[in-house]
Amino acid sequence: MHDNAIRADRLTVIRNEKTILDTLSFGITPGKLTGLIGPSGSGKTTLIRTIVGAQKFSSGSLLVLGLPAGSKALRQQIGYVTQSPAVYGDLTTKQNLRYFAAILGKGKDDVRRVVKQVDLEGQADQIVNSLSGGQHARVSLAVALLGDVQVLVLDEPTVGLDPLLREHLWKLFRGLAAEGRTMLISSHVMDEAEKCDDLLLLRDGKVLSHGSKHELLQKTKASTVEAAFLKLVEGAEK
Amino acid sequence: MIHPKMTLATAGRVLRQLLHDPRTIAMMFVVPCVLLGLLAWMYSDTPLIFDTIGASLLGIFPFVIMFLITSITTLRERTTGTLERLLTMPIGKLDILVGYALVFGFVAALQSLVASLIAVHVYGLNVAGPEWMLVVIAVVDAILGTTLGLFVSAFATTEFQAVQFMPAFIFPQFLLCGLLVPLDKMPRVLHDIANCLPLTYAVSAMQRVSTEAHVSSATYHDILVVLGFAAAAVLLGAATLRRQTR
Repeated sequence: MHDNAIRADRLTVIRNEKTILDTLSFGITPGKLTGLIGPSGSGKTTLIRTIVGAQKFSSGSLLVLGLPAGSKALRQQIGYVTQSPAVYGDLTTKQNLRYFAAILGKGKDDVRRVVKQVDLEGQADQIVNSLSGGQHARVSLAVALLGDVQVLVLDEPTVGLDPLLREHLWKLFRGLAAEGRTMLISSHVMDEAEKCDDLLLLRDGKVLSHGSKHELLQKTKASTVEAAFLKLVEGAEK
Repeated sequence: MIHPKMTLATAGRVLRQLLHDPRTIAMMFVVPCVLLGLLAWMYSDTPLIFDTIGASLLGIFPFVIMFLITSITTLRERTTGTLERLLTMPIGKLDILVGYALVFGFVAALQSLVASLIAVHVYGLNVAGPEWMLVVIAVVDAILGTTLGLFVSAFATTEFQAVQFMPAFIFPQFLLCGLLVPLDKMPRVLHDIANCLPLTYAVSAMQRVSTEAHVSSATYHDILVVLGFAAAAVLLGAATLRRQTR
């Protein structure tokens, strides 16, 4: 068993001579909701792309389920939701899901299951481009839920969704984590961080803080994650 | 490495996307036929000239149209993030490219078939060789356009760039292919360059069919060269698909 499903050690990503991720070291445990929190431009998306194997890293190491990030064997194991919905806008919800299901070796039952999970049963036969922004994003999320993946990496999955739906999805994420999956969810919205168990705070490509939300609030004597984040930034600048 | 199931799933998906866009389909079939009609009309007093260049253009029109359509569609896949997502999944790069090539190749074949039949039976294009060979070459040329479009889309990051590849990649081939000036009348250097370009062989095959009563081995040679270029473009296209950005 892997104690840490995702383990970074002095992970550094340099792109066009610019350091995007600077010697990050952290471990992410399965069975919990881990929030990857930081302002825009802090390197969240780059870190996520590195974990799913879409971005090369320059130095350090990054293990996912014990294998180097980008390994072929991991392609069956990781579900990835990009920030802007990556589905075919000119197909229907069901056509999109059937295609990705075929790639992942899944069947019609799985398509039906994920359509239900993201609450799109009424829109299954609608062209994705004609859906609302939130529905569009949920089609993209549904694709990531198709596979029987151990690690789910979601880049701002609930941005722009209405509160009821957000609540519904966070419940879904919690359920997936409770089944032993590793869930890494990025957000720049601090009140989303309140829903996580563990937090990885990122700023300017560096880890500002990593640990359980409880510890963070205790350590900084703050009542909200937002206040804690601000205190940490102030402390770092002093 | 090709996984037939994933390749077919990709082809099915691309076909479904195309079916949701009837206007594009209509234009793919109508435009080459209208252009050939215009050409026939232009040369209505000099049908012999129409016979000579009509066959060549029958090879060029589907080539150009399929090049444009394919390069833009695949570029769209690259820019919307679906390609990045697919590449984090257990699909092979060739599955994606061959899936595309199958559908666009099939559409290209239909398009060329319709254009050839109309050119011969409606516009009265006369070729010395067999008509079926005209169709075969037009189909092969359209497939070449498809695979070159797939390859070239790797070098474009926006639709504007992709459209510019048409003057950049296609026009030089058109100028040098032997239609405007016969190859042996060109300066030596240009002649040598023309011999390295796929469209030269495509047009050469068409010219042979329009002038030779029997299909010669030189025609088959030209067709094989064009198919070789098409296969190379698919393989090069796969090499340009990267799972990881640096």
